[in-house]
Amino acid sequence: MGRVLGAAFTIHEGINSVNTHSYGPESRGGSCRSEVVVSKGEIYYPNVRKADILVALSQPALDTYKRDLKEEGIVLIDPNSVKDVPKSLVCYGVPAMEIAHSVGNVKYLNSVVLGALAALLKSMIKKESLKSAVSENVPPKTIEKNLEAFEKGWTHIMNANMAVAEYEKEN
Amino acid sequence: MVEAAVKEKKYPGNFRRPYIKAGRHYLEGSEACVEGALVAGLKVYAGYPITPASEIMEHASRRLPQFGGRFIQMEDEISAACALIGASWAGAKAMTATSSPGFSLMQEAISFSIMTETPLLIVDVQRPGPGQGYITTSQEDVMQARYGHHGEGPIIALAPSSVQDMFELTIEAFNLSEKWRTPVLLMVEETVAHLREQLIVPELDTIELIKRKKPQDLNISPETYLPYGHDIVPPMANFGEGYNINHVGLVHSEDGNVSNYSLKVHRENIDRLHQKIEGNVNEIARIESQFLDDCDHVLICYGSVARTGLEAVKEVREVHGIKIGFIRLVTLWPFPEEKLRSLISKVKNVFVPEMNLGMIKHPITEALRDKCDRVISIPEIGALHSPEKLIDQIIKGSTC
Repeated sequence: MGRVLGAAFTIHEGINSVNTHSYGPESRGGSCRSEVVVSKGEIYYPNVRKADILVALSQPALDTYKRDLKEEGIVLIDPNSVKDVPKSLVCYGVPAMEIAHSVGNVKYLNSVVLGALAALLKSMIKKESLKSAVSENVPPKTIEKNLEAFEKGWTHIMNANMAVAEYEKEN
Repeated sequence: MVEAAVKEKKYPGNFRRPYIKAGRHYLEGSEACVEGALVAGLKVYAGYPITPASEIMEHASRRLPQFGGRFIQMEDEISAACALIGASWAGAKAMTATSSPGFSLMQEAISFSIMTETPLLIVDVQRPGPGQGYITTSQEDVMQARYGHHGEGPIIALAPSSVQDMFELTIEAFNLSEKWRTPVLLMVEETVAHLREQLIVPELDTIELIKRKKPQDLNISPETYLPYGHDIVPPMANFGEGYNINHVGLVHSEDGNVSNYSLKVHRENIDRLHQKIEGNVNEIARIESQFLDDCDHVLICYGSVARTGLEAVKEVREVHGIKIGFIRLVTLWPFPEEKLRSLISKVKNVFVPEMNLGMIKHPITEALRDKCDRVISIPEIGALHSPEKLIDQIIKGSTC
């Protein structure tokens, strides 16, 4: 997911990005984490110092890494896997596993989340750039399904935003 | 040069997906290393997998057959390094990648290839030790690179700090090994090997590639050929070209003979090997620097620590007004003492952050003995220094 996001910024938007990833304590095959730093300037220190957005797809991931989030940072979760979110955080939910199932395979989960992320980052990066990066980084036979998953993730967040806007308007 | 070779179909095999295209790419350091090696003319990869170096091996296994090259998974690191020696003497550019425990196993072959003047490339994606240590990032092999092998054998070792470096320094490493007829080490850290970022590939025909000197090119006949003579870097014939080659690890005279031993022969042999590398340190070694004009202090680093180092130096200068310069050693060995001394007139503190307990600090201290008040080591084990840690240490060090 980090690779696709980084490639979308660097290859399709011409903005510098650095992607690092780490293994969990069980070495390979355990928990994992991927970080993306984006900047119009040069990026020296490759890791995230304080994150603007944290995507947490499991409860332990959120519990461990919320310390790296800025105070006003945003967290994107799958509400079916992450139940306990601190009230202080700005939280968006996308039932990524469920949507991926409905598209045909849980493997499309990453594309759902990328679609949701695209909606959250829409002031920074064009949706089309991310879609192109998805197409270039998945097996050719699965492009259509991955893009369908991406669109569903995008729509979910856009609808949620509209619902919030309407709610705020009414109150 | 490369393009021309492709057009002439000098490279056998199936060109399903030839060289990496010129332009912008988003690659991992390991992939950039292999792509650089292929551009440099890599023909043989022999290796044994180990985290965090396995990605280089995996990428080589996918790509080399597309160039008619040979990829071999050996039974261990010892045989992997030895296979490179054979490949090199058959005329191929050869490489392997390993991590610290595997690098220890390769030391005998490194010493042997220094003595037999065999060009090859070993990439060490360092992990912390001792023992199996752990699989995170480290710079704990920088002394092993120079002193791990037995005997008075000089070595060339480079330290990349970005994906761009992984591409460019791999090509440079092959060029240095061919030019000086010696093994070259690329001392990478897990941080850079697993980093993904932009890689700008230049037009391939603008990339300079150096090939080893051969006796045929110098009109030296098989009858008059001396496998370890003619020049400080002897021309190298391949096996099977009609030239008699004594491929020996024992002390030898210019003709490769080991039976006419004398102290004079011994000394000449070792002096030439030493002089070939250490005597040309100013041509071989590279240093990058910034903000040295007005500095009271200087930070010297290498590899991925140079990224954090530059971020910290910029922030300390801008936010805290401390005049600190920045030096990055691109080449670790031969140690560029003279170049380093020429960059610095006199400073108060020299900060040396390293992902070990202070290794390259020692040659730095020796080189700058009369050029600074003190050398302050900033060690880190198993992780890249955070910019906050470096900034904090620099402020503390420069105000007391």
